[in-house]
Amino acid sequence: MELNYEKLGLRVGFEIHQELDTHKLFCNCPSALRDEEPRLEVKRRLRPTQSELGEVDRAALAEALKGKGFRYQLYPDSVCLVELDEEPPHLVNEEAVDITLEAALLLNAKPLDEVHTMRKIVIDGSNTCGFQRTLLIATGGRVEVEGKSFRVPTICLEEDAARKMDEGVGLIDYRLDRLGIPLVEIATGPDFFDPYTPAKAALYIGQLLRATGKVKRGIGTIRQDVNISIAGGARQEIKGVQELALISTVIEREVQRQLALLEIRDEIRWRGARRVVKKIIDVRRVFSKTSSGVIRSALQAGGTVLAVKLPKFAGFLGKELQPGRRFGTELADCAKLYGGVGGLFHTDELPAYGISQEEINGLRRATGAVEGDAVVFIADAKEKAEAALSAVVDRANQALGGIPEETRRALPDGNTEFMRPLPGAGRMYPETDIPPIAITPLRLRQIKARLPELPEKRRARLMEKYGLGKELAERMSLSENLELFEELARKSKANPTLIATTLEETLVSLRREGVRVEVIQKAVLEGLFAGVAKGKLAKEAVPEVLRGAARGVSVQTAIEKLGLAVMEKAELRKLVREVVAGNRELIERRGRAAIAPLMGILMERVRGRADGKLVHQLLERELKKRGAK
Amino acid sequence: MSSYRGKVQQLLRAASVEVGDRVRVEKAGSVYEGVLMPRTELGDPNHIVLKLASGYNLGIKLGKGAKLVKLEKGKPPRLGIPPLKIKRDPSKPDVSIVGTGGTIASRVDYRTGAVYPAFTPEEIYSAVPELADLANIRVIEACNVFSEHMTPELWVKVGKAIAKELNAGARGVVVAHGTDTMGYTAAALSFMLKDLFRSVVLVGSQRSSDRPSSDAALNLIGAVTVAGKSDIAEVCVVMHGSTEDDFCLIHRGTKVRKCHTSRRDTFQTINDIPIGMVRGGELKLFRDDYNRAKPKGRVKVDGKFEPRVALLKVTPGMPSSVIEGMLKAGDKGIVLEGTGLGHVPESLFEGIKFAVGKGVPVVMTSQCLWGRIDMKVYSTGRDLLQLGVIPAEDMLPETAYVKLMWVLAHAKGVEEVSKLMRTNLAGEITPRTRPDVFLKPVFSLKAGD
Ligand SMILES: [Zn+2]
Repeated sequence: MELNYEKLGLRVGFEIHQELDTHKLFCNCPSALRDEEPRLEVKRRLRPTQSELGEVDRAALAEALKGKGFRYQLYPDSVCLVELDEEPPHLVNEEAVDITLEAALLLNAKPLDEVHTMRKIVIDGSNTCGFQRTLLIATGGRVEVEGKSFRVPTICLEEDAARKMDEGVGLIDYRLDRLGIPLVEIATGPDFFDPYTPAKAALYIGQLLRATGKVKRGIGTIRQDVNISIAGGARQEIKGVQELALISTVIEREVQRQLALLEIRDEIRWRGARRVVKKIIDVRRVFSKTSSGVIRSALQAGGTVLAVKLPKFAGFLGKELQPGRRFGTELADCAKLYGGVGGLFHTDELPAYGISQEEINGLRRATGAVEGDAVVFIADAKEKAEAALSAVVDRANQALGGIPEETRRALPDGNTEFMRPLPGAGRMYPETDIPPIAITPLRLRQIKARLPELPEKRRARLMEKYGLGKELAERMSLSENLELFEELARKSKANPTLIATTLEETLVSLRREGVRVEVIQKAVLEGLFAGVAKGKLAKEAVPEVLRGAARGVSVQTAIEKLGLAVMEKAELRKLVREVVAGNRELIERRGRAAIAPLMGILMERVRGRADGKLVHQLLERELKKRGAK
Repeated sequence: MSSYRGKVQQLLRAASVEVGDRVRVEKAGSVYEGVLMPRTELGDPNHIVLKLASGYNLGIKLGKGAKLVKLEKGKPPRLGIPPLKIKRDPSKPDVSIVGTGGTIASRVDYRTGAVYPAFTPEEIYSAVPELADLANIRVIEACNVFSEHMTPELWVKVGKAIAKELNAGARGVVVAHGTDTMGYTAAALSFMLKDLFRSVVLVGSQRSSDRPSSDAALNLIGAVTVAGKSDIAEVCVVMHGSTEDDFCLIHRGTKVRKCHTSRRDTFQTINDIPIGMVRGGELKLFRDDYNRAKPKGRVKVDGKFEPRVALLKVTPGMPSSVIEGMLKAGDKGIVLEGTGLGHVPESLFEGIKFAVGKGVPVVMTSQCLWGRIDMKVYSTGRDLLQLGVIPAEDMLPETAYVKLMWVLAHAKGVEEVSKLMRTNLAGEITPRTRPDVFLKPVFSLKAGD
């Protein structure tokens, strides 16, 4: 069903976080991720700090309630005391500031006169300090994509968070290798009204950033957060969409989720539901002879079974919000997060999981549930189950009011799950350890003077100057190999399209085969293309020569040893005749249609020593001679 | 409070804008709206600082073409933490916290970004609610200076405040102190407080209490536990025992030193093991040779110090004129931080001879910090002993410095100074050097490494 997004009042904005290719933002450690087992581990805790009214921020409180400790993994040779929050931050990495200024100028934004480092409170442990340092660098950007203009209100430079490696009941493991890597954060206005344009805009911004040549590439080096709201719904911040292709799905599914939640709200109000009371009841006795494995093992471990009644909620817990995710799943998210429990049971999905109708009846009696009421219950340690059910009641009460503003995590299929309430505004205060940075006019002039070509201009130039096709030009315009390509094209007389495909396609597929293409020197490529230009080898031989070069065989030797030197025309003609003669039956049966299979056989025999076009020509002539129709 | 000066100050006045007001600045096609923030004295004087609604601060250069408009008068900061009213629980110990100027607890006003220290017990309870389970807290302020500005007179002031609290019935006293000179103050209190019958615990933090990762809360909980529960009737320092938020060590006040500029576990007991540790409100003592608390008693403050004492780190080729200069300036005692076992270059002999001749005691400690002075092994040491240099055993240079101040104000004559300096008065000298007390690995490597 296609929704009318305009009518629904869909508004979307997004943030792009791109890692910069320079050392860490506040220390001299390399911005390198580590895969091997960590050398050291350090355990810490964080405490919410008091804000002006003596209240801790609601998101900060949510984390604190979870009562988790954090275990930080580190490598003494690439993580220092700054990441460990045992040494004050060093001065800001000026190269990172320059790259961000460059990005800001490319996005038509205005750099600030003076930049201040701020502390943004984040106490989920992903930053050892309990805050993320962030600097607003420029404001008021504007970009146009496919004729649509959108705002880029802020361009920030911030430190990346530690990588979450594992989460246990009382402990979260983080790896400090990523903490402190400089990120440029580009936020658009809520200027998109359909699920599809944001991905295109994100793609374009990603291209602009890569054009600077100073950003990291590869999985995880660019991340998108998407802000979504619909009329009558609530703003959701969806974190960590790693693939552009997923953005539109995430938006579609969020709209779907909000519409379903609004439906639940309306129906539940119509049924006359009131605020749910936190009356948590011990129902262990109901399950004394249960055949549910989950409940039995919880009881054996000294736990209990607690239940709470959600009056008039029957049927809604099983209602699907997103494919495979029900309202009950949302409740379970909260229970897991705040209670640290493994999950919950609710009457909408029962009897099942070894829980009998008899037990359900007992449960209903114990909680005083009547027709139309739902019951949620959890088998676990008492305190955990209590905290979890309390969170479930809070979430159910929110449903009466509609949709809570949340920070949600993007799942690989485009669904989202609850992470924490949307942080309140103004969880920021100045980083007193770092002085403000003045952005001088001189500095801006120097950056302006070396701004890279915009991707669309570069693409046009590659098409015009080198005759590359649109797709190849597009690919080359964003490639790390651009500089190399232009140099090779300038130096050799080989066809630029061949050079571009070699760099962008041949080398890539050779690498996939396991060929060590990274050892191939520039000089090899120069020799290779010079050879092709002079007709010493056919372009078909390029992969074979590169395979040799990866093993240290020179171009000349490769040509000689592999017998790759171009075949004499006479020799080639002889080969064609031989093949045609050997496949007479095929030719008689298929006529001219035999050309394709014959070409396959010939090229296999030629093994790159002749130009395919020439082979084709000779084959056609031979067939014509034999009167194939 | 506005720290704006010169032209910017005039512009602000002309627009009748004050710090805290919401303003709009238009400049070169950009419009910024936010609250005017105070500016640090160090910043460029031509910029103003705004806090945007997003929380970010930014600086705007108020030059030609910039337009400043006041949008809204600033609201006064609301500082009231809803006080956590806690009734005195007679079953819990009374612990007094003596403030000296460091902040042990604080909160942030996110509207302005300002950090406010917590002063009253209610504020401290609000910041560290665990304290309410440990003790009834009383808070007094003895002085209000950064720890690097501490003076011998202030040591005495702090000592008197402690004695007053203990003599009035406090179960123990916690002294909140900046970390830089905490070791000196701890040593001074150790020599000054006579007939100490309860715990005196110095505590501080290496990460300020306005950050969620601060070490202040764990340290404070540890300190209050020691003051409220332990039977240690000594001056001690309670701070993080490792880089983790796990336990605090209880260091003897005369054997403890700040050893790292920034780490949480900066305080180390040198040449000895700590008295014990505290983890999760539980005490674990490593030794039993400490002074025991008594139910009753009366602390006296013997706070006479001779402030004219110098601590001199000896360097190769140091000339005697350095010591002569000290004497000319009126120093009455010199602690040398010599090399190795307690040596100085020959070039310094003249100066030492001159000082001793004038009746100014010269005490030898080692810049190695770890280990004991032994001046009889090499001829230089023997020469120095001949000159009358007093070896200070395994005393920390800073402790020897504080002790010499105290001893000079109490001894009659050079002989007695020498004798007292070599006598253990407050745990500053250990008779035997344990083999397990040198530079322990600060991280424990994972098994298999
Ligand atoms: Zn580092």
